[in-house]
Amino acid sequence: MAANDIIQIHHVNFYYGAVRALTDISMQFEKNKVTALIGPSGCGKSTLLRLLNRMNDLIDQTRVEGEILFEGRNIYAPQVDPVEIRRKIGMVFQKPNPFPKTIYNNITYGPKLNGVPAADLPGLVEQSLRQAVLWDEVKDILDKSAMNLSGGQQQRLCIARALAMKPDVLLMDEPTSALDPISTAKIEELVEELKRHYTIIIVTHNMQQAARISDQTAFFYLGNLIEYNKTEKIFTKPDVKQTEDYITGRFG
Amino acid sequence: MNRKNKEVFIKYLFLLFALVSIIVLGLIVFSLFREGMPLFATVPFRDFLFGLEWYPTYDPPSFGIFPLIVGSLIVTAIATLISVPLGVLAAVYISEIAPQRVKGILKSVIELLAGLPSVVLGFFGMVIVAPWLQETFDLPTGLNIINASVILAIMAIPTISSISEDALYAVPREFKEASYALGATKFETIAKVIVPAALSGISTAIMLGMARAIGETMVVLMVAGGAAAIPESLFDSVRPMPASIAAEMGETPYRSAHYQALFATGIVLFVLTLAFNLIADYVSHKFKQTGSATL
Amino acid sequence: MNTNGMAGARLMRWRYLKQTIFFTLVRASALLIVLALGGILFHIFYHGLSAINWEFITRPPTHSMTKGGILPAILGTIYLTVGAVAVGLPLGIASAIYLTEYAKQGRVIRLIKVGINCLAGVPSVVFGLFGLGFFVIFLGFGSSILSGSLTLGFLILPTIIGAAEEALKSVPQTFREASLSLGVSKWQTIYRIVLPNALPGILTGSILGIGRAAGETAPIMFTAAAYFTAKLPGSVFDEVMALPYHIYVLATAGTNIEATRPIQFGTVLVLVAVVLGIDLVAIVIRGYMRRNKRW
Repeated sequence: MAANDIIQIHHVNFYYGAVRALTDISMQFEKNKVTALIGPSGCGKSTLLRLLNRMNDLIDQTRVEGEILFEGRNIYAPQVDPVEIRRKIGMVFQKPNPFPKTIYNNITYGPKLNGVPAADLPGLVEQSLRQAVLWDEVKDILDKSAMNLSGGQQQRLCIARALAMKPDVLLMDEPTSALDPISTAKIEELVEELKRHYTIIIVTHNMQQAARISDQTAFFYLGNLIEYNKTEKIFTKPDVKQTEDYITGRFG
Repeated sequence: MNRKNKEVFIKYLFLLFALVSIIVLGLIVFSLFREGMPLFATVPFRDFLFGLEWYPTYDPPSFGIFPLIVGSLIVTAIATLISVPLGVLAAVYISEIAPQRVKGILKSVIELLAGLPSVVLGFFGMVIVAPWLQETFDLPTGLNIINASVILAIMAIPTISSISEDALYAVPREFKEASYALGATKFETIAKVIVPAALSGISTAIMLGMARAIGETMVVLMVAGGAAAIPESLFDSVRPMPASIAAEMGETPYRSAHYQALFATGIVLFVLTLAFNLIADYVSHKFKQTGSATL
Repeated sequence: MNTNGMAGARLMRWRYLKQTIFFTLVRASALLIVLALGGILFHIFYHGLSAINWEFITRPPTHSMTKGGILPAILGTIYLTVGAVAVGLPLGIASAIYLTEYAKQGRVIRLIKVGINCLAGVPSVVFGLFGLGFFVIFLGFGSSILSGSLTLGFLILPTIIGAAEEALKSVPQTFREASLSLGVSKWQTIYRIVLPNALPGILTGSILGIGRAAGETAPIMFTAAAYFTAKLPGSVFDEVMALPYHIYVLATAGTNIEATRPIQFGTVLVLVAVVLGIDLVAIVIRGYMRRNKRW
């Protein structure tokens, strides 16, 4: 257990009703690294991601066993406030989901409710939008509805919105699956840039993407963690046959 | 942890608001029983329910509501006979056959029909339909069972039609496509696949339409004629329970036996409609449609 | 093979004939409903229009209600409706928030929903008895705007809950997730994101309930409505005249029923215009919102 692990997962099982979606998962995520979670649909990779900021709390009749430590504290301990956790662990979703508000108000929504003084907001908006490489495109239309932006811009806005909370970890759930190739490339560059300040955990079904942007890659299959290693290793000589079959596209 | 406690507090506050409907239901029962039950200290329950004579202001009075119950049931039954075919067929037309434009118009028409205040329909039955009936069929009065039933049917049609339409609409397209692919005509598909698949929703619609008819007040008050006797023909007048309550409550002394008898009639009416609603609820849950749910 | 073909052709003709008959029936049903609404509205407008003038809607009745206007009844209906909305709308929205945002599938939610369905099915005259027994007598509010508004407010509660639930459910789940993922609490998410986006839908849906409150007669007969008051109400503890009750009174118990027919039709027209006007606005806004939905 290295000292620079920001999140540690110990023997986690997860159930939707009676159906077990994750089986005995144990793994760590390193600080300021990009970790990719890959695997075929329904393998549990998104479920695991949503466990890390307790988004699965929103789904009825789900149950978690085991421990998930964030900076050494179990986020599923009874006295923990999930709202607190989500402030520090931000999330970007599969489909861009800006609020039907102005661009400016999308960014300030979270900080305002968490007590950031009004005087700091304009600076925070600019900083977040710059980090998300969106500033130049939207600086003149901050008071326009976010719904008018293109899909790629909306997704970068959602990233900026998450960054405005100054999280420690950024969870990305297939953030480019709804985007065109050019927007996808922009987001990938952005991830590269962001990992200097943030720990990024990204779920993707696009293996080239995982190979391009991640430092570590975890392969899931049917709710099990099959293999977890340096990305280079996973994509060149994986230890497990199933991993190899998947990344070479020989998967049934 | 302060915020967490606040969140929990807010949640329970909203639960309290959500329970208001049940609390009101409880208060309705409480009020009806508080004002109505004392009657049974002097009038036996059997005589009340099955007594054939409703002479609340005679001396001595008789409080037999059987003719009122019969009046309610008969106008409801005939209204159902009229409104079910019309309502269900209209729903079939809207959901399966009508062109898009007609569909929109028809849905608005039904919504407007649902929006007509009952006193307006009662007035229409009294002032337009009744004189016409009286002249055409040479009757002593146009305020009778058949008139009340027709007007009640008009009131029940929107309920039956809109809920049936939801049920028909919810039938998965795959069912229809499978039927067409086997060479069935549109009529055969509707009759043998779509309607059977929506049957629980349609039954619910009918139950709710009947509940609406049996509890409707202004129409039967203004149109049914008000005779508290068991009718012998469809052109006789009747005095359904709601009519009796509405007509007499204003003139009866506070907490007299008559007053109590009207509340007791309210209990019977309440129990009757509650039964209809619970059956509708049971049907819609027990036989939940495949595909998206009804209601 | 040949005979088979002949028989097959005959069978096909028969199948299509059945379809034609059925379609004709279905279209006739739809047409009949349209004609019913059309006929009712035609008669009301035809007879009512001539009674309506500026005096009629701005003056109180005179000469034992055989002449003059209906201003007190119009105002009374407005007061009662506004009161009913003030009671029903907040409670209804709060109930719906619990049901859609907080409740987990299970016994509690099932119980609440059955309660709401049963409340929706309670006959209007029973609501009247409840209002009389509980607000007028038990709580001692007397026959007043307050008692009438509370009674009507609970009457429209199920409609508003239904409308609010539907509107809240139509707010995309992704909005909630986005807000929560930013470390915003559940209540703030509801208050800042869910409610503002649902509000237009809640209001248009509720308008149908509001129209119903304006048109109901039986619930206010024993709780709020006065046969005649020349003075306008001074407080919520005063009785008021109301359009629906005024129609009933004039049509059944007025001093000169036949001679006041024009006034009756005029009053009916005003009530219908108010209620259907409210409904029509809701239907138009809803159609507009559906076409311009941004998510």
